[in-house]
Amino acid sequence: MVFNCLKIVRSASWRIENFLIMLIQVNNLTKNYASGEVVTPVLNGLTFSIDQGEFVAIMGPSGSGKSTLMHILGLLDRPSGGQYYLEDKDVTELSDDELAGLRNRKIGFVFQAFNLLPRTTVLENVMLPLAYAKNREAPERRAKKILASVGLDHRLNYFTNQISGGEKQRVAIARALVNEPAVIFADEPTGNLDSKSGVQIMEILQGLNDSGNTIVLVTHETYTSEHAKRIIKVKDGLIIDDYKVGQRRIAKDGEILK
Amino acid sequence: MLEFFRQSVKTSAGALLANKARSFLTMLGIIIGVAAVIVIMAVGAGAQGLILSQIKNLGTNLIGVLPGKSEDKGPPAQVLGIIITTLNYGDALALADKNNVPNLTAVAAYSKAIGTVSWGADSYDTNISGTTASYLDVEGGELEQGRFFTADEEKNLARVAVLGSEVKARLFGASDPAGARIKFKKQSFEVIGVMKKRGLAAFQNYDDQIFMPLATVQKVISGVDYLGFIRAKVDDGKNINRAINDISLTLRERHNIIDQSGASDDFTVRSAAQALGAIATVTDALRFFLAAMAALSLLVGGIGIMNIMLVSVTERTREIGLRKAVGASNKDIRRQFLTQAVIITLLGGLIGIALGVLTAVLISLAARFLGYSWDLVISWLSIALAVAVSAAIGLIFGLYPAFKASRLEPVEALRHE
Repeated sequence: MVFNCLKIVRSASWRIENFLIMLIQVNNLTKNYASGEVVTPVLNGLTFSIDQGEFVAIMGPSGSGKSTLMHILGLLDRPSGGQYYLEDKDVTELSDDELAGLRNRKIGFVFQAFNLLPRTTVLENVMLPLAYAKNREAPERRAKKILASVGLDHRLNYFTNQISGGEKQRVAIARALVNEPAVIFADEPTGNLDSKSGVQIMEILQGLNDSGNTIVLVTHETYTSEHAKRIIKVKDGLIIDDYKVGQRRIAKDGEILK
Repeated sequence: MLEFFRQSVKTSAGALLANKARSFLTMLGIIIGVAAVIVIMAVGAGAQGLILSQIKNLGTNLIGVLPGKSEDKGPPAQVLGIIITTLNYGDALALADKNNVPNLTAVAAYSKAIGTVSWGADSYDTNISGTTASYLDVEGGELEQGRFFTADEEKNLARVAVLGSEVKARLFGASDPAGARIKFKKQSFEVIGVMKKRGLAAFQNYDDQIFMPLATVQKVISGVDYLGFIRAKVDDGKNINRAINDISLTLRERHNIIDQSGASDDFTVRSAAQALGAIATVTDALRFFLAAMAALSLLVGGIGIMNIMLVSVTERTREIGLRKAVGASNKDIRRQFLTQAVIITLLGGLIGIALGVLTAVLISLAARFLGYSWDLVISWLSIALAVAVSAAIGLIFGLYPAFKASRLEPVEALRHE
């Protein structure tokens, strides 16, 4: 994999690091879904924090609330109660448009289903967040640079239905990176991939973390979660464990993801 | 900002191109509506011009006197099928008297009938114009052969007929009608002349008529003693108003009408110029009414667009979720879908204009080919209106789908299958 171009991203992250250590802080976070008169609690009071530069895996079985937690941390959803500080700023009271602006500048998403735009080229997909960003200069050059860093400079003008699953996920990673976000959320990023492509994706995520990016990985697989440095285990909307990974797996060519 | 606009136009165009057939079918309502409005406005203007030019050819120095009171701008009572018997031959004679109306050079009185004339085994449905010998002085027209009837023949109830060129052609073909006896309502009439072809003018066909002495038609054919109408020619265009005034005074005196305001009149005096105005008013009203009907199809087209935009929003729910996830605000999403709706309708409008103009040109070519002096009138107003209306339809009917799209919760949208 080609990582030389990520130097830019790294230097940017270091600048922020000098001022800020605690990136995400939640206190007694709750989320209920109300449907008619039935209220279903999904998150039952979570308290934790994630520092700048961490690689955290949020792990739990399906129905544990891990996806809901990621959506709230990623500002796609609002908590029912509790506090959420992103870069020391309370984000629970922000308007829809303010949240959209924060998602644009501070957060990158990598989804299990890739969520690339159909009938659109690789380059255009990566440029998409820049279209919603104000005052972005040379968007095309920036997008090309990021695509080169994930090894897709030969696919710039391919349409998204013409590339493989692994390549799609690399496009999604490039799209998540293009606005130099403070944190990248990866929701089961290897879930739809064959093991070889999955290893490549984990290798890229580890490389990004090595160069200073904060990464939050959501997964239900123990094996995948062990690529992170820290694991937060969630069950029934509560944190049941939070620990540093002792023997961290390092993704590299030839390794098989189970 | 401009870059963003370019982007959203590009995105919308891409979405439309991805469903070419659907986009085109959606546009069809707008295309047909816009084309229909333009064609109707153009054809209406062309037909109106044709009618008005025919009246002008007839001469604008003519004054008509109709029985019964009618509004200035409204149609005469006769058009509505009401028979009014207040005008008689004595009135026509009084108007012809220079002491009463000095500015009239000629006065002709008319009584009309419709029916079947026959010659030998051939018969033909046509119009009988009972008129005075002064007809040619008032309305013009030339004889192809023979002569027009005289004032004496008129007085003596002579059973003579002058044929319009079409009647002659239908009844006699190539054979010579001079001296032939044609039959109408069991009476026979001697053909003494044939008029030259004159064509259509102001809803009446000059050539599809038989001219007979007024008194003959009144007494022998119809059995009436009143007139259908009187036409008079004024010596000079600038004396028209004075002549109208003199005619009104004369008729009020003869009909014992004391009220000089005109409110109690049992007759109507109009100049050809006024008739022009009245016809223009009526045809304008007709034209705009038809255009409004055509515009209704624009409304239907608009509803079609709303429908297809709602489908598009549902289909692209995940895309909306993703766009929101990477930072699109509600306004950004709204603008994207509004742009798409406006592009559909605007494109439909432009195609409709092209189609409408093409059709109007073809119609005018066909009309000219058939020998009418048809002007191609495509008003910039109708084109500008078509563009504005189609864009407005895009905005109005795109608003609800766009609003719906912008209100989607990002999480829900991303989960959408």
